Amino acid sequence: MLFKPISQNFSDFVIVRENDRCINCEVCVRQCSYEAHYWDDARQCVSHDHTKCVGCHRCEAFCPTGCLTIKKNPADFRDNALWTPTYMKHVYKQGDTGGILLSGMGSPCDKPIYWDNLQLDASQVTNPSIDPLREPMELTTYLGSKPDKVSFEDTPDGPKLTTKVGPQLKLNYPLMFSAMSFGSINLNLHKAMAMAATELGIAYNTGEGGLHPDLYKYGENTIVQVASGRFGVHKDYLNAGSAVEIKIGQGAKPGIGGHLPGEKIDEEVSKTRMCPVGSDAISPAPHHDIYSIEDLLQLIYAIKESTEYKVPVSVKIAAVHNAPAIASGIVRAGADIVVIDGFRGGTGAAPTMIRDNVGIPMELALAAVDNRLRDEGIRNHASLVVAGGVRCSADAIKAIALGADAVYIGTAALVSVGCTLCGRCYTGKCPWGIATNEARLKKRQNPEVAAKRLANLIRAWGHEIQEMLGGMGLNSIESLRGNRDKLRGLGLNEVELDILGVKHAGR
Amino acid sequence: MSYVIVGNGVASVGAIEGIRKVDTTTPILVISEEDTPTYGRPLISYFLAGKIGLERVNLRPDEFYVKNNVEVKLNTRVAAIDKAAKTITTEAGEQIEYKQLLLATGGVPFMPPLKGIEGSGVYNFTTLNHAHMLLELSKKIHRVVVIGGGLIGLKAAEALRYNGLSTAIVELGSRVLSAAFDDVAGGLVAQRLEEKGIAIRCGTTVEEILRTEQGEVIGVRLANGQKLACEAVVVAIGVVPSLTLAKDAGIAVNRGIKVDDNMCSSADGVYAAGDVAEAPDMIAQEARVTPIWPNAFSQGYHAGLNMASEDASPHPGGLPMNAISFYGLPTASLGHVNPAEDEGCEVFTELDEENGTYRKLIFRDEKLIGYVLVGEVDFAGLYTGFVRFGLDITPDVKDELIAGQPSALLWPEEEFDTKWTPAAE
Amino acid sequence: MRRVYPNKDVCIGCHICEVACLTAHSASQDVVIAANEKAVTGLQPCKAVYDKGQISVALSCRHCDSPSCVSACISGALYKDQETGRTCYNEEQCVGCWSCLMACPYGAVRRNVTKGKIIKCDLCEGRDMPACVEACPNGALVFESR
Repeated sequence: MLFKPISQNFSDFVIVRENDRCINCEVCVRQCSYEAHYWDDARQCVSHDHTKCVGCHRCEAFCPTGCLTIKKNPADFRDNALWTPTYMKHVYKQGDTGGILLSGMGSPCDKPIYWDNLQLDASQVTNPSIDPLREPMELTTYLGSKPDKVSFEDTPDGPKLTTKVGPQLKLNYPLMFSAMSFGSINLNLHKAMAMAATELGIAYNTGEGGLHPDLYKYGENTIVQVASGRFGVHKDYLNAGSAVEIKIGQGAKPGIGGHLPGEKIDEEVSKTRMCPVGSDAISPAPHHDIYSIEDLLQLIYAIKESTEYKVPVSVKIAAVHNAPAIASGIVRAGADIVVIDGFRGGTGAAPTMIRDNVGIPMELALAAVDNRLRDEGIRNHASLVVAGGVRCSADAIKAIALGADAVYIGTAALVSVGCTLCGRCYTGKCPWGIATNEARLKKRQNPEVAAKRLANLIRAWGHEIQEMLGGMGLNSIESLRGNRDKLRGLGLNEVELDILGVKHAGR
Repeated sequence: MSYVIVGNGVASVGAIEGIRKVDTTTPILVISEEDTPTYGRPLISYFLAGKIGLERVNLRPDEFYVKNNVEVKLNTRVAAIDKAAKTITTEAGEQIEYKQLLLATGGVPFMPPLKGIEGSGVYNFTTLNHAHMLLELSKKIHRVVVIGGGLIGLKAAEALRYNGLSTAIVELGSRVLSAAFDDVAGGLVAQRLEEKGIAIRCGTTVEEILRTEQGEVIGVRLANGQKLACEAVVVAIGVVPSLTLAKDAGIAVNRGIKVDDNMCSSADGVYAAGDVAEAPDMIAQEARVTPIWPNAFSQGYHAGLNMASEDASPHPGGLPMNAISFYGLPTASLGHVNPAEDEGCEVFTELDEENGTYRKLIFRDEKLIGYVLVGEVDFAGLYTGFVRFGLDITPDVKDELIAGQPSALLWPEEEFDTKWTPAAE
Repeated sequence: MRRVYPNKDVCIGCHICEVACLTAHSASQDVVIAANEKAVTGLQPCKAVYDKGQISVALSCRHCDSPSCVSACISGALYKDQETGRTCYNEEQCVGCWSCLMACPYGAVRRNVTKGKIIKCDLCEGRDMPACVEACPNGALVFESR
């Protein structure tokens, strides 16, 4: 196109408009936050610029006559297994900008997804299935440290527990909404997650942006996060939630800190995070007061003191090579919950190279951590939560079979309220009103509507989990936890099967 | 009889609807000297022009009177009111008791003491009967002169021209319509009428109606000496409230029957509404007779509410307004449109002679108090909101109004939030 | 009585309600035909979206308890239905004088210049739910009694 560097003209998408169905209503013009559609005054009709299209499909969804289709640009580069168009366009861009490549949302690379290679069992003859619509099916999950042994005493009212059990976070489903900071997404989404979590009896995580005063009332279903930037962390904040999570790392960008561009920081974000309006909010890579596992122990107990031991303390790490050893250290340091975030985890903004090439899949990390903690006899000292690419209830239930107590969903939650994974979150122009704080865009998420969709998603998955559990002849999620025998691998090699601790299908 | 309404104009219909909002059962009696149920009086010019037939003139369907339990006595004139005894007496001698009485007798056309005005061939144009007469007349004559360049005069002239008559208008002021509109708007309307073959003579008046020895009208003589030939004259220079009934009964009158916010006259249980009433005006902050159709309805409505209920329902105040089209050229004016130099008003005008459009906005004390629109009237209502509710206008809002972009979102936020959506029932 | 209430906190200014309104009131009931024929039929939506900066709101006839349009109507084409509470319009009876358009302080009446008649929200008589409420993608219009 005219007046653009040629390297910016290889658009990923093309806008296809059926002209005899276009009524020039300009809905697409108003909805596209990337200005790919515009009113052409000279030709007196709506027109478009392919190079601005990011493939978010907002216009396609809103067009009243359905005359728009967003398609992959059919213009092909010459086939090259090594130099795919993606890599070529990366180089074009860096030739233009001289900067690091940024991406939004989780890694889209074609690397192994173990959920797709694991199959669940089902009952047939000897162990009959259970119908969840007719018989009780327990999905309730408690996250927290469990004692090594329980003792009871007899009382006139029946047996009573005498062992002192640490604080627990009760979930009606083994599912929670992942940490997505206020600033990377807006308050409407946080409100929606808070409302949905409260209605469902599960929890959502504040992420590293602090907790907005309007949301304190949902505290019982809130996990407050303490990240390396300590944004929004103060005494009331720590006591506002029903669990505190120390974020050491994030699956999408292991080893580096967080980065919220200044454009996305308005009055409300600034007040909640306790940082200035308009200037970049950078969380450092390490917590500058945690340089060893002993330092982590100190912080964990400092938080426990500050919250009077009333709530479980969680530690979140990215899934990296040494995850099992690190997890073991974290549990021994006093964490009640350990969260493992796989490399496919989502993000508002991460350097592309790190997002795609650093970290390991959640499935392998989970299995390895679970094995290690069991081997050391400390598996019960902390609950295991896993995140980083759970797309459906089958993924979630497989995670539980591999050893997780519960699963965090981030991307899935956003997709349920409209996200189409165009991956431009870092621009702050999210046309679905999710990853933006712009006044006119964030309205596009009506908290009431979003809360309903989130609740629907969890309920739907919950029901599916019950059906699959029942299909296996189990009536409690407890019976599936870490039950590797309920899984079989499909097309996995010996090493993978060994790490996952599952047999191959047929065996 | 509990409710008695004298007059069956639009104020009467308004009163019936107002009474029935509160009291759905007590019977209502309407006494009218006309021979038809309430009709849309402004429709007489459409009828005369042949645009509508008689089947469309009624303001409400016949079931309206039945459903609302209203007895209508047509062809009956009220001769006297006894406000102490709370009775009225008809010309036929019938005595009727009332608990609440509404005088909605309207006005009568003003007939100037012109030489030659007595006799045949001189008409008014305020009732359906007048329209019938003129329609018949149009078949027999060729030339007519209309005295008065106000709203009634112009509509009469247009309708007569529709019937093929050679028509001339004589207006005392420098332009037609300069009272209800302003000089510029009047000029644009005059231009349209002249394009369609209506002759307009401004700045002069008829001094004598010329007749043959047999008494037939053959023309008029103007103050400047000119003579216009014609076979009939329509006098449309104004309407005066019919006050005899009230005056004789000892009810306070000035230019009209004096009423307060609640449409109540000086006599207990006696209300007045419509062209006959002199009531507080919204903008002028003084009592005026506002002989305007929407005003008559809403005054009647509030009179009705107040007649039927102990709770006062004050009328927001008279607001002069006119929306009228001439040969398809739409016009609208509302509020105070011709301020004097010393009133401290800020006036903005925009005239597009080529397209025949005109827009005038009158501001005073950070509020919009009036407007005139010719040609492009689509945003009239949005301007009306600012005048009607006396909305405060900041400089930004004023700029938008002046730019011709009135919008509901220019309302002050609290006003928008409380007024725009109807209150909980 | 149920009315359409707008919520300017969640209106995203997409104008889809206007398209839906126009289609619902068109002879063809087809979104493409109705839009393309606007110039010929003179039809306009009853709904109007106002945009100002970051705020948008979609407004239409309020069906006021004491309607100014009914007061102003010279032909009785506009009247209050005492049973349903709606402000009703009888197009045949209308003479196109535009008095109602001028009198309504909410600017809720529009002109069909081709036909010489007015356009005013009728709460989509004959439909279960007004077209604008159904079409709104963000829950910014609700149809309820208050």
